[in-house]
This record gives sequence, structure tokens and C-alpha cells, in this order.
Amino acid sequence: MAVGRRSVRGHRYVDSPVLALALQGWRSRTVGLLLMGAFVALLVRAFYLQVINNDFLQEKGDSRYLRDIEISASRGKVMDRHGDMLAVSTPMKSIWAIPVDARNMTADQKRRLADMLEVKPRELDARLAADKGFVFLKRQVPPQVADQVAAAKLPGVHQEREYRRYYPAGEMTAHLVGFTGVDDKGLEGVELAFQSSLLGRAGARTVIRDRRGNIVEDVGATRPPQDGKDVVLAIDSKIQYIAYSQLKAAVIEHKAKAGGVVVLDARTGEILALANWPTYNPNNRSALSGAQLRNRAVTDTFEPGSTLKPFTVALGLDKGKYRYDSVIDCAPGRLTIGKATISDAHPHGKLSVAEVIQKSSNVGTTKIALSMPAEAMWSIFDGLGFGRTPELGFPGEVGGRLRPWKNWKPIEQATMSYGHGISVSLIQLARAYTVFANDGELKPLSLQRADQPLVRGQQIYSPQTAREMRAMLEMVVGPGGTAPKAAVPGYRVGGKTGTAHKLEAGAYANKYIASFVGMAPMSDPRLIVAVMVDEPSDGRYYGGDIAGPVFSQVMAGALRSQGIRPDAPAANMAAAKERS
Amino acid sequence: MQRVNLLLLLLVVFCALGVVTSQHRARKLFQALEAEQEKGRQLDVEYGQLQLEMSTWATHPRVEQIARDRLRMQLPVAPGRLETLAGGR
Repeated sequence: MAVGRRSVRGHRYVDSPVLALALQGWRSRTVGLLLMGAFVALLVRAFYLQVINNDFLQEKGDSRYLRDIEISASRGKVMDRHGDMLAVSTPMKSIWAIPVDARNMTADQKRRLADMLEVKPRELDARLAADKGFVFLKRQVPPQVADQVAAAKLPGVHQEREYRRYYPAGEMTAHLVGFTGVDDKGLEGVELAFQSSLLGRAGARTVIRDRRGNIVEDVGATRPPQDGKDVVLAIDSKIQYIAYSQLKAAVIEHKAKAGGVVVLDARTGEILALANWPTYNPNNRSALSGAQLRNRAVTDTFEPGSTLKPFTVALGLDKGKYRYDSVIDCAPGRLTIGKATISDAHPHGKLSVAEVIQKSSNVGTTKIALSMPAEAMWSIFDGLGFGRTPELGFPGEVGGRLRPWKNWKPIEQATMSYGHGISVSLIQLARAYTVFANDGELKPLSLQRADQPLVRGQQIYSPQTAREMRAMLEMVVGPGGTAPKAAVPGYRVGGKTGTAHKLEAGAYANKYIASFVGMAPMSDPRLIVAVMVDEPSDGRYYGGDIAGPVFSQVMAGALRSQGIRPDAPAANMAAAKERS
Repeated sequence: MQRVNLLLLLLVVFCALGVVTSQHRARKLFQALEAEQEKGRQLDVEYGQLQLEMSTWATHPRVEQIARDRLRMQLPVAPGRLETLAGGR
């Protein structure tokens, strides 16, 4: 031991026996080279991984913990002027499966799944038997059901969020609001007209997820989702309901083919109601026909008949050719122009201009029309917007037909003066009547609630003419007029009836379109209501009998819901008392 | 010299632990934020559903039916029932 201790203490490295060995030099060089080679190999590998193959590896790494998440955005709501919902999106789930994985379900699990989704077990099996990587089991599943499915933890069954559009007002506003198809795409009505602003844009974010699926961190910039903008319409759903229910009742009562009602705010040109019959339920569109889909008030034109007379007569007044009380000889109720004869439904003798409107004399109107050049008549009709699309953005909007005045023959000018040989849509007709309500000013239509100060329209007639015409329109509803049934108790109302033969295959058939356009209260017109009933076939067909009562009901309801004060003197109240 | 090194080493270790804990806390807070945001979204969804439900209950046909059948209400158009007060509003 003592020897050992001494030798350790006395040890010096230079004395190492290994170093004393005289080995050949190539051995150490070989080892050195080998080590160098190994280092070079490591460097090359590192270069390969870090530089050449970097992207691939980075991606692989990211895919272990980074996730791109879509942040869904909802489609905007459609609301009426008071904020009542007309169209709302609500989230639903779609249940989908990867068939290969889902086949591992036990029979018991399958039965439960079929129960929860309310599909037949056989149908479920058929779907899972498909040779695809992805099958929908059921779409538009309520969230509660989807939660149950998720809780059951079935193999290969997954779910995804989607939206479903609901229309609480249903068939009442079907044509106006329209509906959406798959992927939130508007297909009809406002849903189509305002598609770009209603549509929401989904956002995206990149996150790091931990093993338990919790989001741990945001990586990079996130793109926030943009929800679709809400659209506030000018529609008043209360007036819409009244218009819809009255129209429906009238069409059914008179066994008519179709009908339409438009209610306008006379001062602003806002569309307060727009109803059509027949209609459909936008929440359930399984059995849908073309006739139901038609938004007639906007897409169908018809020859308006006598509802156009006030415009011709007002032109006569405006040009100074006639006065309010000028007398026109309408005897014997017929007038021959060229080869054609124009006649009145009931022959009249001498009529004042006011009475021509009140009694709706074709002969009287024709005489007024023929005293004026065709160009003047054309430019007034053109100025009123006939023959031009209203450009509200609805699909299938039409402008009607107004032929250029240079080709007019005298007979055509005559028939046009009382609304034949010219075609308009109901909404155009309603809009044209704003000139009488606004002292000669034509208001532009607005589908959206007008929050800005009122737009000034175009002056078509002088204020004096418009006031005189209002007085004549009021006579139509009074005793001796064509539409006493259009009167509204408590209010002074005025309007014009129309009973037009329908044009079928180029000839006038014994089918009629009954219409009435009017306004109230006459002391300061606030509302315009236009009613059109297509082919009433229970024996009666006069505008005053068919469309007049609808006008009366709709106007009465609308005036009440707007809180407009009755303006009729007590006498009218008494008259209402007697009638009812 | 050696003492300074030791001090720096301790400092580094301390800082590293600080980074770890604050990272952990940041993640905890982030998760809490996520949870709250999710709750917010859920509430939004629920609000939308309730709005929908409300407007379904308040549809005009239903209101009219209840007013007429259950409450026996009528429109005040019958003679002698309508009275206008001048100077109101």
C-alpha cells in the first residue's frame, strides 16, 4: 500500500506509459480523420434538416399543435320599421360521419343514434354503407339534439355548425322578404336584393392547442369575423298583416285567381306593406309552385283601366284646357273614333270634369285626352314612372309597357287615357298616386326605412291641380260615386276605381281585373293604398265592389295603427252609423 | 470573480423560472378569456333564439285570434262607440 501511495503522489503525466509507447503516426491521423468525418456528417445532416428540409419539418411540427379555426359570422337580420323580426338566422348543427369509423358502432348505439336524429335505422345503415369518406347523417339539427349526440360519444360521428334562416312572419311577408338557399345565398325578395350587405364574412385565427384541446395561445394576426348587416325595412308588420289578411279574405270570397295590395307612406314614398295572394310559407318550401312564388305587385303588369283616368284629367286641368267645373257632354254614352267605339258602362248626359272622375266616364276622359297632343300625354305618363322599372332591387321587376308617342293612333291615345293599351305594375300605380297626395310631387319609392330627411321628388302637376284632383277623388267614395264601399268611417278618404278587361292572347276576354287606389286622410294625405284583384269570378267584378271594401278595411286598420286622427266632420260619422 | 458568476447564474435561473410561471399564468388567463368569450357567443345564440321565440309568439294572426276569441275584443267601429277628442296630442 505504501508503495502505491508513493507512486500516486509521485506521478507525473509526462511519465505516462501510454505516451511512452512509440506508435505509428498514421493511427492517430486515422482516428482524427474519422472523428472529423463524423463531424462533417453531422454538419451536413444539420444543414439538410435546418435549411433544405426546413419547410416540410416546420409544417409537420406545426400540425402537431397549431390549428386554423374558422370563426363563423351570422347573416344579418331583416326587420320591419319597428324592429320586429322578419328573417333571423339561428345556429344549427349538421351531423356527419366517416363511414369506415362509424361502422364500428354497436347495434345498440346505432339504434340510439337513429332515435336521436329521428331517421329510420334502415336509412341510417344505407348512408353508412356508402363508399365515401364523408356522409351527412342529418342537416339542420337543433343544438339540443346535437349536444345529446355529442354526449353519446359515438365512433366516427362528428358535427359541424351551420345556420338556419327562420321567417317568423311566414307567408305574410313571403314575397317581400324572400328566402335563402344553401350557403346563405339569397334567392328571392329582400334576401336577394340586399344579399351583399346581409351576408356575413367568416373570420379566421391560428391558435396553439394543448393535448386536451384547449386553446392556449393565438399565433399571428386573427381576422375578425364580420357579421352581416341588419336590414331595416320600411314595412310596418301590423299594416302588412292587415293588408295580407284582408286581401286573402277578398280573393277567397270572390273566387279570384290572385291579388295584391301595396300600402305607401304618401309623404316619404316608403313601402309600408306589400302583400300578394297566393303565397307560400318560406319556412317550409317543399311544395312550391311558380304561381305562389310570384311577387305580383312588382313582377306582374296589367292594364290598369280607370285607375289611370285621374292622370289624364289632371293633365287637362294642368294645361288649362279644362276647369274643375267645365261641362263635358258625355251623351249618349258612346264615342266613335275611326272604326272603334268607346262606351261607358252606364250612359251619362252632361258631366262636369269632377263628375267624369266621380262616375268614371270613359267618354268624358277620352274627350279630355283628345284635346291634348300625344306627346304631352306620353311625357306625363313617362314622368309618372310608367314603362320604367322601379329599381327596388327585387328579382323580376318590370316596368310595364308605354309605347313611344310617335306611333300612337288617336284611338290608342283615347284608350290609354282610361288605362287600356298601357300596362303597369301595382307598385308603379301606387307610386304614381303620390303626386295627388303631395301637391303634384312624385315621391321615389323606398324599401328601407327612410331615416334621412325626405328626398324631394319631381314636380309633375301644379299644387293647384293636385288639390282639385283630391277633391274629385273624394267624390268617388261619396254618394253617387263608383266606390261608396271604399269609405272609411271617421276619415275623409278618396280614390279611384278600376275595372279592366283582361287581355288574353291579344284580345280582351270576359275576365276582369278589379282595382282601387286611394289615399287618406284627405285633409292631409298620409297613406296610399292600392288594391288589385285578378279575375274575381263570383258574378261581381267592379273595382268598387271587389277592391273597394278591401281598400276600406286596409286603410281603416292602417290609419288606426299609425295613430292618425280622424278628420271627418260629424256628418260622415253619422253616415257610417247608418250604413253599419 | 467567482462570486459574481455565481450571482449571475442564480439570477438567470430565477429569471427562467419567472418566464415559465408567467407563461403558465398567461395561458391560464387566456383559457379563462376563451371560456368567457365562448360563453358570450352562447349567450348571443340564446338571445337570437329567444328573439325568434318571442316573435313567433307575437305573430299578428295569433295576437288577433287571442284578442278576438279569448279576450272577446272588437274593433271600435260599431256606431256610437267611436269618439274623437279634439285637441289631443
